[in-house]
Amino acid sequence: MAEKFTVGFLPLVDACLPILAAEHGFAAAEGVELSFVRDVSWATVLDRLLYGQSDAAHLVAPLAIATTLGRGRPAQQLAAPFVLGLNGNAITLSQALAESVCPGDGLGDPKAVGAALRDEVARNLASGRKLRFGVVHRYSSHNYMLRYWLASCGIRPDEDLEIVTVAPPFCADALGAGEIDGLCVGEPWNSVAVDRGAGRIVLATAQIWRRGVEKVLAMRADRIEQRRPAVEALIRAMREAARHFVDPANWESNAAILARPEYCNASPDLILRAISDQLILRTGGTPFAYSDFMFQYREAANFPWVSQAQWLYTQLVRWDGLPYDANEAVKAARVFRPDVYRSALKGTGDVLPGASSKVEGSLLGPTSVTAQQGTMTLTENSFFDGAPFDPDHLEQYIASQR
Amino acid sequence: MRIAIIDDSTARASIIEEGLSAVTGCEIFAISGRDGLLARIAEISPDIVLMDLGNPSRDELEEYFIVSRALARPIAMFVDESDDEAIAASIDAGVSAYIVDGLSANRIKPLLDLAVRRFNAFARLQSDLAEAQGKLAERETIDRAKRILMNSKGVTEPEAYGELRRKAMSSNKRIVDIAEAVVTAHELLGD
Repeated sequence: MAEKFTVGFLPLVDACLPILAAEHGFAAAEGVELSFVRDVSWATVLDRLLYGQSDAAHLVAPLAIATTLGRGRPAQQLAAPFVLGLNGNAITLSQALAESVCPGDGLGDPKAVGAALRDEVARNLASGRKLRFGVVHRYSSHNYMLRYWLASCGIRPDEDLEIVTVAPPFCADALGAGEIDGLCVGEPWNSVAVDRGAGRIVLATAQIWRRGVEKVLAMRADRIEQRRPAVEALIRAMREAARHFVDPANWESNAAILARPEYCNASPDLILRAISDQLILRTGGTPFAYSDFMFQYREAANFPWVSQAQWLYTQLVRWDGLPYDANEAVKAARVFRPDVYRSALKGTGDVLPGASSKVEGSLLGPTSVTAQQGTMTLTENSFFDGAPFDPDHLEQYIASQR
Repeated sequence: MRIAIIDDSTARASIIEEGLSAVTGCEIFAISGRDGLLARIAEISPDIVLMDLGNPSRDELEEYFIVSRALARPIAMFVDESDDEAIAASIDAGVSAYIVDGLSANRIKPLLDLAVRRFNAFARLQSDLAEAQGKLAERETIDRAKRILMNSKGVTEPEAYGELRRKAMSSNKRIVDIAEAVVTAHELLGD
């Protein structure tokens, strides 16, 4: 009897791994049967997970932490044994704003665009207007990446401009209608905005944090314990799907699958842009190559580093304006479950890091690190402002950002 | 008590509204569409917000509730977790409820129950409608197949129907499936 999982997701390219695990039979090979529930808001994905309509969910990582800590609703312990990918989001600005802060054809330089945006923000404030940016959820990496970038460029996200929530499928409409001046969203929604002439992509979030944690596969913590062997089988199937996903030979066929009405319901061409690192940045433009726009497999990309959860916690207290709390920090860190990931992949020959936590944003180039067997290479992993995050100094990091 | 119903389906909103209007001491406000949603909510200042679970504006609304709490305005949150059973029932029916803190549980429960019943009633109406529409479409397909047979074979209407029925019985299919095959074949082969 196959182990059944119902997986909740939003129509985004980075919901790819569970979908491809099912479509290519990697799940079946592990004795797992997957079915999917698509929604349009993260609140609904989360409700289905908490109340048992789904067993696992494609979820913005900070929301798994916020739910565990009881932000905005009663606390429910969630766990993330698998990272569905790193980065894959972009910042798209209205045509007018893009022309003013990011001249040229390619992706901008985060520092240069930030400096120009700061001037633009000041000009708008002087004439009594606050620029408005959309993010997909308060507890999303999109919100944290955008705010990290703005703050490092001397723009105060809550005072100098307004950041509002817009569900991904509405982002292009909202930008086109002038409800927002810019947005940070995952693919294919930036490309949709570009194709509709609503805006121009100016930055990839991978330029803000080169290896930034993005979606996770979230489950209720108690369910993981109850179904441990099945969960581990699912992890192996998704890891196989990840290997398949990043192989250029499969890009087109995978784009076609993800484009289907029951998944992203978008054009395969649009989806292929994100998968193949070839985004079209402006309406009618030519593809622009940017490597590792989304990062799904290499360098143990799916490994849930505890330090990633800890960084998200620092941003959660930073932007919720709450004090650091040692107990909460521990609870947040425990949402990421490298132990489950390790036991799922032990003995498969897949590379497993020796440590479960690392200094984030400290690698300027390829670096060998210890693996459970031998070594593995991690490449560049830095924040655009050069500030590393050392999880051993969590409180100081938070204080330095106040 | 002030109740806001957010629903893009005005038909469902009015079904819920009608059901809740039986509760005494309630003022009901139905809001549809995404434009100016938060401004409307701020203006109404409801004690409870009922909406379709799949409503795309939920993230926006939750954000608003969190921010308004930070500003020490009315606190809103999802139904208290002590009411797990009621929540499960509401999730199953596709209702999501946001309840302003301070509303006692014994006032929430009957309201939520009522909302669940109205959502279910609407779902039944929808499936009845879909079934009726499906039957109508089947009728049309069979009529088209009959006309094709009558024209091409020169048979009468009862004879044409008889042929469809015989074929359906001998191949263990529904008449409408045979009719569909006739229509499709005609589209491919016909003039």
